[in-house]
Amino acid sequence: MSDCSSDENENDTILYRDRPEWKDVTPLKQDDGDEPVVAIDYTEAFEDCYDYFRAILKKKEISERALELTKTAAQLNSANYTVWQYRREILKGLGKDLNEELDYIQKVILKHSKNYQVWHHRRIIVEWLQDASKEKYLTETVLAKDAKNYHAWQHRQWVIRTFKLFDGELEYVDTLISDDVRNNSAWNQRYFVINNTTGFTDEVLDREIDYTLNHIKTVTENESAWNYLRGLLLHGKEGLSNNKKVTDFCEELYKSGNRSPFSLAVIVDMCFEQLNEGGGDSRYTPQRAKELCEELINKYDIIRANYWKHMIEMIDKTMKDENIESSN
Amino acid sequence: MNKSVNLRSIEMIRNSRFNEEDWPTKSSEEQIKVEEDVLRKYEDLHRKLKMSIHLPELLKEQHKKYLCETLFYLPSVYECLDSSRPWLCYWILHPLSLLGVRIDDRRKSSIAKFINKCQSPDGGFAGGPGQYPHLASTYAAILALAILGTEESLNIINRQKLKEFMRSMKQPDGSFAMHIGGEIDIRGAYCAATVASITGILTPELFEGTAEWIVSCQTYEGGFAGAPGMEAHGGYSFCGMSALVILQKGHLIDEQAFLSHKSSLQRWIVQRQMKLEGGFQGRTNKLVDGCYSFWQGGTFPLIYSLLDKAGNSPNDHLFDERALQEYLLICCQNPTGGLIDKPGKHKDVFHTCYTLSGLSVAQRFLNKKRVLGSYRNELIETHPLYNVRPDLARKALLHFNNLGVPTQNLNEGT
Ligand SMILES: [Zn+2]
Repeated sequence: MSDCSSDENENDTILYRDRPEWKDVTPLKQDDGDEPVVAIDYTEAFEDCYDYFRAILKKKEISERALELTKTAAQLNSANYTVWQYRREILKGLGKDLNEELDYIQKVILKHSKNYQVWHHRRIIVEWLQDASKEKYLTETVLAKDAKNYHAWQHRQWVIRTFKLFDGELEYVDTLISDDVRNNSAWNQRYFVINNTTGFTDEVLDREIDYTLNHIKTVTENESAWNYLRGLLLHGKEGLSNNKKVTDFCEELYKSGNRSPFSLAVIVDMCFEQLNEGGGDSRYTPQRAKELCEELINKYDIIRANYWKHMIEMIDKTMKDENIESSN
Repeated sequence: MNKSVNLRSIEMIRNSRFNEEDWPTKSSEEQIKVEEDVLRKYEDLHRKLKMSIHLPELLKEQHKKYLCETLFYLPSVYECLDSSRPWLCYWILHPLSLLGVRIDDRRKSSIAKFINKCQSPDGGFAGGPGQYPHLASTYAAILALAILGTEESLNIINRQKLKEFMRSMKQPDGSFAMHIGGEIDIRGAYCAATVASITGILTPELFEGTAEWIVSCQTYEGGFAGAPGMEAHGGYSFCGMSALVILQKGHLIDEQAFLSHKSSLQRWIVQRQMKLEGGFQGRTNKLVDGCYSFWQGGTFPLIYSLLDKAGNSPNDHLFDERALQEYLLICCQNPTGGLIDKPGKHKDVFHTCYTLSGLSVAQRFLNKKRVLGSYRNELIETHPLYNVRPDLARKALLHFNNLGVPTQNLNEGT
């Protein structure tokens, strides 16, 4: 929300008020009132450009010079959504070559890749062109520098969904996960792809569970993989606690002496699920859940002690409710 | 009962370091680097602790001074926020109000008049005078006016026009665009719900389908994303959760057809607290950032109220309130005033606003105090839905509810 990286002015530095082609326009000062607050100490170039911007916005001038002015205004503050919106009105009015605009906005995005407005502008131009052929490459360029850039992922998802470009996406995600198994955005994208293509059929689930457990084996405290595993199990009939592959894996891990808090947390939730919904697996008792909670509180997940204490209370409460029910 | 809140021992903090499991990746390397910086801050403090019992101290006077100065003058690096000026007002006024600073009536009037300059003839407020109206600016402007809390400030809002503006932002699927021709995401729904609720123009018709759209943003991890399909994120989770509570659809959380595992939001959010740093991260496997103290921390009071409705109310905070306060007081304060994201970052009003809001949330559980350090560190309470002081929220709600929902225009054609 406050990404303030400044541009060096590589364009010509002649102020608009000194340009002959702007002589006919009277600059319009910003109306901050008599006692302005949060007043920004604008640079001369900023004030000059926006004085002219306000003037032509007021008359809704659609012209080449107006188009050029929006470029300077956007360079001075790429988060000015009015500038971008007006620029689109001009582009439409003049019937400009949108491929040129695509090249231009690409340059801006590479400079300001954490800005809502520039990505939105890109999206509208792609929509107008109905050509998404350059989008995967652009987002990959941005993600190569910052693999978790939210705007880039959002743009990519929109493009993939709108233009049905799912081919190769799972492979791309796989590369990212191999690069950094802790990249949660990549795991989320994996879910997105499957959810929008094959869906989580039994076969896919089986494959994905294998894939995820393999990754957990190498890094057992990787929350991204554990969360993805939980996400997968939302789609199975066995719930969290009745998928043999998963329960066996967790038990093995525990027996080997591993105390990943995420693994322990999953076992607690398995016990809780069986308490709530039945299941009859003697490994998953409320007693065991409470013991694990104590271990988490005292040793393996101290920061979340309050949460685990609450969990113990919930288990006790559920047991009491069930006793009342069964005695009725 | 008020409980005394003590610092974690330095050994406990040291033992909380990230376990890389001999598998270094970019994420783990960045995480370990931040932990080193944070640990250094904690070790410094524990050394100084032997000399002063007042530590850690909230530098109230310095923060007041910083905020008061920025209220009138911002250096040119703030040009990138020239389309967020009502936000600047809110980011400054809100922490000042939590610090208990009184603004004199003349100043209040000039701030209100400036915000009025941002009001659009088409309804709603813009990022600055003469710009197009924007839902986020509208949200910030209205909260800022509520914080001023004068007749003049509250009467500035043209509610009839505001309602028309919001209707023009509404999308057929229940979501809201940020401005004409602008992007659509969960911020729009949250800003619209907040604004409509505070100004008393919330009608079922204006929000038809909105709760369902918001729920479609909840991810398999449990948190909310900016748009359906995207990754769960702290800021967006706050937006989703608060909007649902305002729309009285809090029960829809975790009720999505496929989210049969209950409490996934709660689980996701407690996992966002960092074990060494004590602060919150915005997404799984990302770095701690002071502003999430509010985006994530501020969600807890909402979770408690939902748990309470289900008869499962907790006896204490569900996160570690002392560790969060440690992070904010020891790692996020600039000694000359203003607060920051994490050690090594520059101060700004955005982070000052949300770190102090988060601190205020951590300092109390229901009406019980949980203040770390001296009682002088205590901030005034903030309203978990609107993030303005509860007394100011109440004042605005009363003011507008007495006016009733504006009647429909003839040209609306209904
Ligand atoms: Zn931040």
